[in-house]
Amino acid sequence: MSRAWVFGDDLDTDQIVPGRYAPFMVGQDKFHLYAFCDARPGFAKEVRAGDILVGGENFGCGSSREYAVAALAKLGVGGIVAKSFARIFFRNCVNLGIPVVESDEASTLVHDADEVALDLVAGVLRSPAGDARLRPVAPFAREILDAGGVVAYLRAHGDFPKLA
Amino acid sequence: MAKTLAEKILSRVSGRDARAGDLVIAPVSRVMVHDSVIDAVIAGLRDLGRDRVWDTSRVAVFVDHAAPAPTPVVADSHRVLREWVRQQGIATFYDAGEGVCHQIMVEEGYCEAGTVIVGSDSHSNSYGAVGAFGAGMGATDIAVALALGRTWLRVPESIKVTFTGRPRKGVTIKDAIMRVVREIGTDGARYACVEFHGASALPQGDRITLAGMTTEMGAKAGIVVGTPEAPDWLFPDHGAAYANEVRIDLSALEPQIAVPPRVDQVVDVSEAVGQPIDVVFLGSCTNGRLVDMRQVAATLRGRRIAPEVRLEVVPASRRQFEDAMADGTLLALSAAGGVIGSSGCGPCLGRTGGVLAGSEVCLSTANRNYRGRMGSADASIYLGSPYVAAVAALTGVIDDPRPYLEATDEELDALIARRRAERPGRGAASVRSGDRSRELMLSAARSGVAMEIDD
Ligand code: SF4
Repeated sequence: MSRAWVFGDDLDTDQIVPGRYAPFMVGQDKFHLYAFCDARPGFAKEVRAGDILVGGENFGCGSSREYAVAALAKLGVGGIVAKSFARIFFRNCVNLGIPVVESDEASTLVHDADEVALDLVAGVLRSPAGDARLRPVAPFAREILDAGGVVAYLRAHGDFPKLA
Repeated sequence: MAKTLAEKILSRVSGRDARAGDLVIAPVSRVMVHDSVIDAVIAGLRDLGRDRVWDTSRVAVFVDHAAPAPTPVVADSHRVLREWVRQQGIATFYDAGEGVCHQIMVEEGYCEAGTVIVGSDSHSNSYGAVGAFGAGMGATDIAVALALGRTWLRVPESIKVTFTGRPRKGVTIKDAIMRVVREIGTDGARYACVEFHGASALPQGDRITLAGMTTEMGAKAGIVVGTPEAPDWLFPDHGAAYANEVRIDLSALEPQIAVPPRVDQVVDVSEAVGQPIDVVFLGSCTNGRLVDMRQVAATLRGRRIAPEVRLEVVPASRRQFEDAMADGTLLALSAAGGVIGSSGCGPCLGRTGGVLAGSEVCLSTANRNYRGRMGSADASIYLGSPYVAAVAALTGVIDDPRPYLEATDEELDALIARRRAERPGRGAASVRSGDRSRELMLSAARSGVAMEIDD
């Protein structure tokens, strides 16, 4: 089981990793330690591999900084379930292999620190209060996620997944 | 079937009949990369197993986000970037001090209308200023585009924004786009392309302001219809389907202010009057051009800025810098007490050139006011036009700039004095260097010992 970290609407990338802690300000080996340092002090210390972030509308808006996603990947975040995602953030997550899934129910059903399980096959996020239904992930993105990210996919296949 | 601009461009470049919602794989005409993400981009290329970019003549590289380097770590990253540029043989390279990537991409003619351009920066939407489909992407997407010369895109739905009328004096296109953000919200154009109608006659700089700020609504791209740069085929069809339509009558528009910490928390300036300001930032890809600096200088009319306020001016590119130098605008801003920084992003993103302390309040002409954007997470950032910035610098508070523009010299002094007197004491008044030495020279000249001092 993993723990849920619940956030509100319009969580921007400056809150995920503030610009002053960009990798090229603090070094490649440290920037992830500042994840949510203003918005959620203690997060980087307490988060465990496989934990799930749950959010509202427009998760990951703001700057295109991929290191916000890279920080979450480094910390082992197992997936993000939100009502909706900002588009660059969404792409970055797919590219770095973090499942990003839309759900209208998750943010009301799931409470912070709940034990949850992300089941992409069944299309639900399981939580103590019940299963939150997930919107299906597009096959193109699913293929990239299954490979572990776009770099792994391209290394294996040499080109993008075929379009329907 | 009738197509939007985005559908037309993406159909043409992908060779498919592309409709909103379709996925396409599109060749890119150019890839833009900047210093902020270069390490991750190089690492991405390496991880992809590619040594070389697909076409060195179609890659543009910039050192602008933290430039000149503020720390040894950044300096090292810039060194790595320069080595990579040289080793790849990329000629389109603009080093620290040349300016903000987007300004240069547009003004130096790197954005071809009707093509897809991806950039490692969220404001790559700016390329829609000349009719290109510009989209910002993360480092890995950029590495993939550099390796393949292609990217995947979901064809966006479009939102039609129509401007009518002409803005009154003291109201700018920045106010217009903030008004649009107020209508649409930071998330209202998510995955969408914002199509601007009624903006084709605007100067190129104003079009950059429009297209660039579509990022603040979550848009994938923002394109101005009918720009002088656009080829004949590049227009949206009559009857194209839009997800949403917004009309703004510019003649009825008031100066707008975005209240921290959200870009879409926008009010008419009358609702923010009297808000004390410590720092004014004039710059960025949104408002760092000659015309913006001129608007500020014209509003100041030779007055000094309020003694307890700092004014940071960062021209968007070397060309804008030199033009503002040549016509005396920069001298006027310096004489007023402004600090002129080298061209680049400057304080816009809080990495270099004057970051904000906790509890400081900034009036910025840039495009973002998130917590922590310009330094301390406890600082607050209001966004406004260059005219509002000028008045904030003059008085130390937010005020409607229009009366200042209309005032006679005596009225202007009275307005300034009244606002300054109302402002609560904050900070300390700086002495202006040069004042004392000039004073000394004058008194020496009067007493007849000028020659000695000159020696
Ligand atoms: S000036 Fe500001 S908004 Fe523009 S590219 Fe630089 S950091 Fe981004």
